[in-house]
Amino acid sequence: MKVAVSSSGNTLESDLDPRFGRASYFLIVDTETFNFEVKPNDQNMNLPQGAGIQAGKTVADCGVDVLITGNCGPKAYNVLQAAGIKVVTGIKGSVKEVVEQFKSSDPKYLEGPNVDGHWV
Amino acid sequence: MKELTVISGKGGTGKTSITASIASLAERRVVIDADVDAANLFLTLEHEVIETDEFQGGHKAEINPDLCTGCGECFQKCQFDAISITNSEDPIAEKSAGGSGTASQLAGKDGNKIREKFTIDPISCEGCGVCAHFCPADAISFERQICGEKYISTTANGPMVHARLGIAEENSGLLVSQLRQRARAMAKEQHIPLIITDGPPGIGCPVIASISNADAVLIVTEPTLSGMHDMERVRKLAGQMGAAAFLCINKADLNPEASENIKAFCETHNIRFAGEIPFDRAVIESMKMGQSLVTYSDGPASRAVKKVWQNVMSFIGETKERLF
Amino acid sequence: MIVTVASGKGGTGKTTVTVNLAVIAAKEGVEVFDCDVEEPNAHLFVKPHNVLTEEVSTMIPAVDMELCTLCGECEKICQFSAITLIAKKIMIFPEMCHSCKGCSMVCPTGAVQESSRTLGSLLSGESSRGFNLTWGELRVGEAMSPPLIKQVKERIHPDRFALVDAPPGTSCPAVATLRDSDFALLVAEETPFGLNDLALTVEALKKLDVPMGIVINRADGEKGIIDKYADQESIEVMQRIPFSREAAKVCAKGLFLVDEIPQMKALFEELYLKIISKAGSGRREIDQREVMK
Repeated sequence: MKVAVSSSGNTLESDLDPRFGRASYFLIVDTETFNFEVKPNDQNMNLPQGAGIQAGKTVADCGVDVLITGNCGPKAYNVLQAAGIKVVTGIKGSVKEVVEQFKSSDPKYLEGPNVDGHWV
Repeated sequence: MKELTVISGKGGTGKTSITASIASLAERRVVIDADVDAANLFLTLEHEVIETDEFQGGHKAEINPDLCTGCGECFQKCQFDAISITNSEDPIAEKSAGGSGTASQLAGKDGNKIREKFTIDPISCEGCGVCAHFCPADAISFERQICGEKYISTTANGPMVHARLGIAEENSGLLVSQLRQRARAMAKEQHIPLIITDGPPGIGCPVIASISNADAVLIVTEPTLSGMHDMERVRKLAGQMGAAAFLCINKADLNPEASENIKAFCETHNIRFAGEIPFDRAVIESMKMGQSLVTYSDGPASRAVKKVWQNVMSFIGETKERLF
Repeated sequence: MIVTVASGKGGTGKTTVTVNLAVIAAKEGVEVFDCDVEEPNAHLFVKPHNVLTEEVSTMIPAVDMELCTLCGECEKICQFSAITLIAKKIMIFPEMCHSCKGCSMVCPTGAVQESSRTLGSLLSGESSRGFNLTWGELRVGEAMSPPLIKQVKERIHPDRFALVDAPPGTSCPAVATLRDSDFALLVAEETPFGLNDLALTVEALKKLDVPMGIVINRADGEKGIIDKYADQESIEVMQRIPFSREAAKVCAKGLFLVDEIPQMKALFEELYLKIISKAGSGRREIDQREVMK
């Protein structure tokens, strides 16, 4: 399957970026082959408001089933839920390590946002 | 890593003075001045600015008079009364009078057509972009604005993150959010376990942005009718946002009866009472010296603030770990 | 004529000055407006009766999915991420909406319709001292105060004398209150914070082109940093209200200084006369001896 991972860099060795809305990049990773695509998130990093919402749309447009990130606020969560994307948090490490851990263990999907929104 | 925000509801209760003191008492912390349109923390905490950055807020629309054809589309569509006719005292132009504001209707007394132009008041402009979208002459630019500055300073016990919002500018909520994000990043890099935020007065967007994701708030109130009224509203806000609440009474000896009422209120409303601070001239004197109260003085208010801090610190350890 | 009492710094005594001036001005006719909608305090002193309350709301979009063609134009025009198209659904985030109506204007099928979000309440009542108080109370959790402030100000009669209590700060809530005032009375305290914030407010008022005067509250007798600043800026210090614990206690209890402390009555009467003459108006002349009674 394809998963999106919020990332601080553009390779599989980059660390997971715990932020979602203003993550530096999203890596779209094929969990079987580990082929991946890089989606930079520049336009959202300085967005006046709604970064979580916009990031949710970016990820939804990539056709993934799961998002792996650190923090998912309420608006982002709503957007992802509407798009049918499950969210996993609580895994740390590089993008590669995080995907491997996701594959090997029983993932716990979020039932709701795990942090409050920023006001904007 | 824990985040504490100092709030009050009512202005002038002593948030900034108390924040400066606890920022001096905490061994290692990042301190944020989130009262961005009336920032005072820098005046009472010895510091050195090491980094300055622009703050980019929202957009503003601007009409190019050379391209404006005076059609009035923008005037009709603007919901914020930000657009008006330049050099006109023609009453027909008033939207409320039902005039369409088109050039053809803005006839002068002798019936000749007057070629009017429209102009946007940047202070009223909400940055919605509707006028720019609908302008048939493409005469309206819509640019992101630089509306302030952000600073990083060093202080004795760790960094200070602060800002100055431009005069009469908006987007204070966004600026506060950016300061807090930067503070979190610094706390992570430098392994600093605590972030203290000096919040603004009120309950509006910059206050919401200051409290969001904080583990706890310290409400600073005063034993006055206004102080108590305003405290109840901000406490309600903090409760809605899921932050644990502490409260201290500043200038408590001003009205001992009211102070007792406040303590009783805390007991029935799940607020941890953190202490009372007496009125003390040393507070103003320390401000004049550019130092925090606890650095400058060892008098009654200083000792009381130290006790408040001890009470808050010992409870903060109990709150849940936030995911970074 | 609209006189707005502001400060920049919170807690300098804006509400105290506003309500005490109102008691003095009542015989000549005055209406009071509390625009500190986040934390309104004037009503605590004024204790109005026959209070009428009105709920105030602002427009947010609501989409009729039967008419929606999922074209996404609404999302494209929205600067605030309040309306978004995701997986064949339109999602609306009401708290982000600035009520610009852009989405409904661009919708080709009329699918975007108007719904509302509660901002708070608008209240109005009579004081037993002979004036009306109108104020706003922002709903706790609502982030934007300017839309409610504008509603309060809409109740101002341009041909009457209005005293407006402003919120602290210098950004959108204060600016929404101060603009279009005929005169701004700045209440300052003689501390470094007080001076810093006063200077910011003066800059904002220059930008808004509103003439101003200063009242120094909790003054300690000597000319200090505020006087120096006022000199530099050629702004008149129109009154000094001395610091006293007695005054602080009176205010703490929600009482009027002009009732409880004789010296205060004289100070506020003086200030009122100065405001009327300085701010000027097309209104009738006031007989000084009348007011002094």
